[in-house]
Amino acid sequence: MAWQNNVLRIDLTTRAVTTEALNMDWAHDYVGERGLATKYLMEGMDPKADALGPDNMLIFATGPLTGTMASTSGRYAVVTKGPLTGAIACSNSGGKFGAELKFAGYDLLILTGKSETPVYLLIEDDNVQILDAEPIWGTTVWHTEEWIKSHHQNPQIKVASIGVAGENHVRYACVVNDLHRAAGRSGVGAVMGSKNLKAVAVRGTKGVSVNDPAGFMQAVKASHERMAGHKGRMAFTKYGTHPMLDMMNEFGGLPTRNFDDTRFDGVKNINAKAARTPNEHGHTNLIANKACFGCTIACGRISHIDKEHFTIVNRKEYMHASGGLEYETAYAFGPLCGVDDIDALTFAGFMMNEHGMDPISFGGTLAAAMELFEAGVITTEDTDGVELNFGNPEALTIMAEKTGKYEGFGKILGLGSRLMCEKYGHPEVAMHVKGQEFAGYDGRALQGMGLGYATSNRGACHLRHDTFGPDMNDQTGKDKAKPCKDSQDYIAFLDSTGLCLFTSSAGMKKPMYMDLLNTACDHTWSDDEIDQAGERIWTLERMFNLAAGLTMADDNLPERLLKTPAPSGTAKGHVAELDIMLPEYYAYRGWAPDGVPTTQTLQRLGLDDSAKG
Amino acid sequence: MHKALLIDPEKCTSCLQCEMACSFEHEGVFNPARSRIKIFEFEHGRYAIPYTCTQCAEAWCANACPVEALTRNPATNAVEVNENLCVGCKVCTIACPFGTINYQSNRNKVAKCDLCGGDPACAKICPTDAITYVEDSWSGLERMKQSALSGHGRPQSDTQSAQESA
Repeated sequence: MAWQNNVLRIDLTTRAVTTEALNMDWAHDYVGERGLATKYLMEGMDPKADALGPDNMLIFATGPLTGTMASTSGRYAVVTKGPLTGAIACSNSGGKFGAELKFAGYDLLILTGKSETPVYLLIEDDNVQILDAEPIWGTTVWHTEEWIKSHHQNPQIKVASIGVAGENHVRYACVVNDLHRAAGRSGVGAVMGSKNLKAVAVRGTKGVSVNDPAGFMQAVKASHERMAGHKGRMAFTKYGTHPMLDMMNEFGGLPTRNFDDTRFDGVKNINAKAARTPNEHGHTNLIANKACFGCTIACGRISHIDKEHFTIVNRKEYMHASGGLEYETAYAFGPLCGVDDIDALTFAGFMMNEHGMDPISFGGTLAAAMELFEAGVITTEDTDGVELNFGNPEALTIMAEKTGKYEGFGKILGLGSRLMCEKYGHPEVAMHVKGQEFAGYDGRALQGMGLGYATSNRGACHLRHDTFGPDMNDQTGKDKAKPCKDSQDYIAFLDSTGLCLFTSSAGMKKPMYMDLLNTACDHTWSDDEIDQAGERIWTLERMFNLAAGLTMADDNLPERLLKTPAPSGTAKGHVAELDIMLPEYYAYRGWAPDGVPTTQTLQRLGLDDSAKG
Repeated sequence: MHKALLIDPEKCTSCLQCEMACSFEHEGVFNPARSRIKIFEFEHGRYAIPYTCTQCAEAWCANACPVEALTRNPATNAVEVNENLCVGCKVCTIACPFGTINYQSNRNKVAKCDLCGGDPACAKICPTDAITYVEDSWSGLERMKQSALSGHGRPQSDTQSAQESA
């Protein structure tokens, strides 16, 4: 119940398709989705394997609540070893694909090996086929989705696919489902490309049952009502995550021009208000808000570009509506690259969705390239004649498309900031942790965020912990380790349920998640067991990374955040105080000073076996 | 007096809570494939349109049924499927001009909206009031009110109202 108790395994080398019962002991210990996939990954592959080689494992994982009436129940996670970081990659996505996979009867889809030729999977309940992807290889995500639905004469099929970027192993290629929802970070799409797998297409008609229907519906009603009346939910519905742009700008934590500044003058032209205000042609960027599967928040933005804008003036194919700007995309294309043209940002966002790339990492890489360009390290000879200055909207839109199509300088940008800057002999210009670019929060202004970035198992990420409260109250490294660790564990649990992290900012509390789980599943967790599951998941991810060869040296921040004081804002003069926070964090986690979990900690979490790697 | 489902596509976010509520109400399982109401998306999700049976006054499905398995419930005005009589011939699915009665291969019967006996689960769960259950002779009341308010005798344009709800 809640789980489908069924794992689908496909070996792309031998084309063997098998199913097996879900390991229920693991399901109880790791819940589902992120946690459960991490356990299967750890047990199923050598963490030292090449992320882009056939020995890497690629898992699509749903949670026990995926496909139920619990709000935001559309989540699925893609878990694998990441090519951007060499660490565990775990990216989750909404849309409708995840629920469809669950409805087809599967908790996990585990892919191993590598197909000799391009293929896609068609999963129709029990009927699983590996089909020739030759007609769609080399085409976009948008085309692939349309082609599959049309070719199989079934518009109800849901598709997760990669674009040309993923086919060519752009290090931050993502898996896109439902046209503009993505398992976005850490290059999970490149892993799919390395396996010659273009798409996973699913139609599921089995549905999901729960253990205690009456109790579950009561829990659903309570959580729906809680969210309906919650201010955080209302703000998400009305504005999405976009207003964070103004908040971070005012606070002085908005990374600008590759972390040269923490404030951006152009915010007013690209913020949530700008998206809703008609421009000089009477065009309004934002059209509507839409939901992922089961979601009563509906933070998704649907936008369109001004028909007279330079990006689409002669390109009718982009005049339709599609996924619009949320905070991270607006930040990574806007302040980080110094661009304040909202339609250019929206077009670059369309490129990310159509070609399957992570906007945060693309923006971070482009910003690094802009810095190299302005420093004279690279010139127009490298950049296909494009003036790669900060603030140039054409540089943004042209390079977004080139990288998506894997053309010219886009191939270099596709390396990610770390490899690209190493190639040009300036590793200090790359702003990353473990090879992954930063989200839109400066670690000098938000200290706990800096610690969260440094210790995130998938490289720099803002969604692996939540220290906003403590960070806003105090801008030193004091007392940040505990909230960082506790929220990391809590989110590791949340990401394993099948629900969206945003529910926690929209009114949902731990007892509500527990009521949903404990009525849906034929298993109950106590409060302590939930805490421990979260910590276990986090620690197992850590063990994967250590076995892959990462060390405490990788729990670091770039020199720019550690040595160069923030130039403006409330944190003016501050640097990231990682030296204070990190030892405290290791100690609080029960890890040795070198960042390795102690035997006692592993025993406490039931992870004794994982130490062997 | 009867009530009818009133659908306002501009308010629909395509969350599919209605489809799950419908399948749960009728079959005890969360399964959009078994829902009697369906959301259709167009233009990358720009439009999301809920669609279900309108409970026609002259029900083509019932007229076509060779075994009289489709009858009107006088309490709700809904045309309901009597599963004991339905032989799964699918003729009703051809007769329906709107496609809102469909064959369900898990039971070899057809299924359609029955207004949940007068308390439709879809309208109850809809988080944005895109689906409401109103007095059937006044399904245009809200729009009429808006028109009266606008003073122009016509409702606000799609774009304007969408921006307000967005």
